[in-house]
Amino acid sequence: MTETKKIRVLIAKPGLDGHDRGAKVVARALRDAGMEVIYTGLRQTPEMIVEAALQEDVDCIGLSILSNAHGALFPRIVELLTGEGRNDILLFAGGIFPDEDVPEIKRLGFRGVFGPGSDTRDIAAFIRTEIAARGPVRG
Amino acid sequence: MSQTTLDRFRHSLAAWEAGPLRKSLERLPERSPSFITASSEPVARLYTPVDVDGIDPVDDIGLPGVYPYTRGAHPTLHRSKLWTMRMFAGFGTAEETNARFRYLLNQGQTGLSVAFDLPTLYGYDSDAPETLGEFGKCGVAICSLADMEALLDGLPLDQVTTSMTINSPAAIIWAMYIAAAEKRGIPLAKLGGTLQNDILKEYIAQKEFIFPPRPSMRLVTDTIEFGAREMPLWNTVSISGYHIREAGATAAQELAFTLADGFEYVRWAIARGLDVDAFAPRLSFFFNAHNDFFEEIAKYRAARRIWAREMRHTFGAKNERSWLMRTHAQTAGVSLTAQQPEINVVRVALQAMAAVLGGTQSLHTNSLDEALALPSERSVQIALRTQQIIAHESGVTNTVDPLGGSYFVEALTTRMEQDAYRMFGEIEALGGVLPAIEHGYFQREIADSAARYQHEIEQKRRIIVGVNDFTEAAPVRVPLLKMDRDGERRQFERLARVKRERDNGAVQSRLAALRAGAQGSANLMPFLLDAVNAYATLQEMMDVLRGVFGVYQEPVIL
Repeated sequence: MTETKKIRVLIAKPGLDGHDRGAKVVARALRDAGMEVIYTGLRQTPEMIVEAALQEDVDCIGLSILSNAHGALFPRIVELLTGEGRNDILLFAGGIFPDEDVPEIKRLGFRGVFGPGSDTRDIAAFIRTEIAARGPVRG
Repeated sequence: MSQTTLDRFRHSLAAWEAGPLRKSLERLPERSPSFITASSEPVARLYTPVDVDGIDPVDDIGLPGVYPYTRGAHPTLHRSKLWTMRMFAGFGTAEETNARFRYLLNQGQTGLSVAFDLPTLYGYDSDAPETLGEFGKCGVAICSLADMEALLDGLPLDQVTTSMTINSPAAIIWAMYIAAAEKRGIPLAKLGGTLQNDILKEYIAQKEFIFPPRPSMRLVTDTIEFGAREMPLWNTVSISGYHIREAGATAAQELAFTLADGFEYVRWAIARGLDVDAFAPRLSFFFNAHNDFFEEIAKYRAARRIWAREMRHTFGAKNERSWLMRTHAQTAGVSLTAQQPEINVVRVALQAMAAVLGGTQSLHTNSLDEALALPSERSVQIALRTQQIIAHESGVTNTVDPLGGSYFVEALTTRMEQDAYRMFGEIEALGGVLPAIEHGYFQREIADSAARYQHEIEQKRRIIVGVNDFTEAAPVRVPLLKMDRDGERRQFERLARVKRERDNGAVQSRLAALRAGAQGSANLMPFLLDAVNAYATLQEMMDVLRGVFGVYQEPVIL
């Protein structure tokens, strides 16, 4: 089966963190890589992010956070997605994460964790590989 | 340079290009067909007297400490007074941050700089549901005067100046600082420090805005007016390019957008009826110190020259102190790498050196571990020692503006100035700073620059050591800061105790007075001081203002 539908990605900024340089750079790069990208803008609660993801029917959510509040916000977002039965949506995280937090973020179900210095082409390739492994894109 | 000498020089340059240069290029071609700065601006092979022809040694370059201040803010600069070594610090509870401040002062720091946590920056108390996970993460949590008292406990507020990085709730946090100092018997007129209070760059870059732009500007103008009247030693606004640069702007965009913001504050204060010379001497600046050494130095020099010219000729300031730009600088957080964190020490040293050679009055140096977490005590010490080495070992402080007269630096300074005026024109064409914010002009320009920078790295047009070249397969680990996990609980307890023990009737009546003041046009500082002294919380005051002013939604620009 060939990919007939563009991969849909939600880039979201959870919490109060206003650092949006990375989120915007990644959003633009994924768009340039041929994906459909929805950017939430700033100050999104976990509820707002999950609602946007369902409404936009995305295949993937990228969460950008540099404030170190991931420890509280990521589990809440995963919990809400689980509640909606949508653990099939691919999750990845970008931002600033102490090394020791990365295993816990992955355990929550985030397949990719991208810190400072990440190459946007690696992020695009990661999404394509992960989505391909999940079978045809929903449509 | 006389015309005859310049003509002779042009001949020798032409001969050099036709002879030695051409032969050299044939034997040894250059590493790249073109060279660019960190802002993607072209850099020529060589700068000569030809490039500075037209730059007037008196009117454009001048002498240090006099108009147009290109060569520095003071005649003797760092020979008389080293810059203030001011490390931005704050995390967890007021007590933890107070301990870090004491440590830094013991290590030779000469000024204080407070980082507040995100709930505080957004005008929420620590227990607000909107602040899930954010307590104490990016700075210290301050909910009421009680927290401010604990933060400043035992610190010599009559001897050191304090800078506070706070914007939307700046007037309230300032009122808390004033109230805490007054309770210790230090009068307003003796208090020295800086309030960041630069709301325009929040809409443009850092995004910690709350109210719409116009009521926000009214609050800033209230603080400028209050400061001009009551607090002669306080810098009421620190007009900041730092965050604009961090968000992705080029050096020239940082320069242009920051100065445009500065002029906007001046316009608002004049419109309030203030004499420009009554407040302009207390406006200060805050610039980034990024990777490109000469470009950064040129930026500081151009900034001083533009500010002096505009303050004198456009705004009619008569007092030389109004023409004079004083600035703080911070090394570029965005340049720090999470890969091989130890080498950030070297980056920071070079960036700090540029800020010093650019003539800064105050400096923060980032710590090696800040691409991973808030800095540990050990890494902060290394960052502070970096400044001390520049000050005492490098020799660069022995003479004023040692790069003044450099063909390259003077040409770059002038080019930067011309770029800034071009952007002032673009902002003007949109109707000024506020309409340009509402149009998303700044946001779009910055996002374009950020995307281009990333692209250059990915194309290896730009090498970042340890990231896209000279990489290491095994991750290099450094020990990171551990925060007191119990801090949040103790903060909740103090907040509850404050609300229990204060005179709640007084709080309510002072909040009502604040509301009435906000609905009118009175200066809000006296109302805020009254409410703060009754131990009203930050969020209680901010909720009143949110109710009157509304909350801003920015256009989402990608």
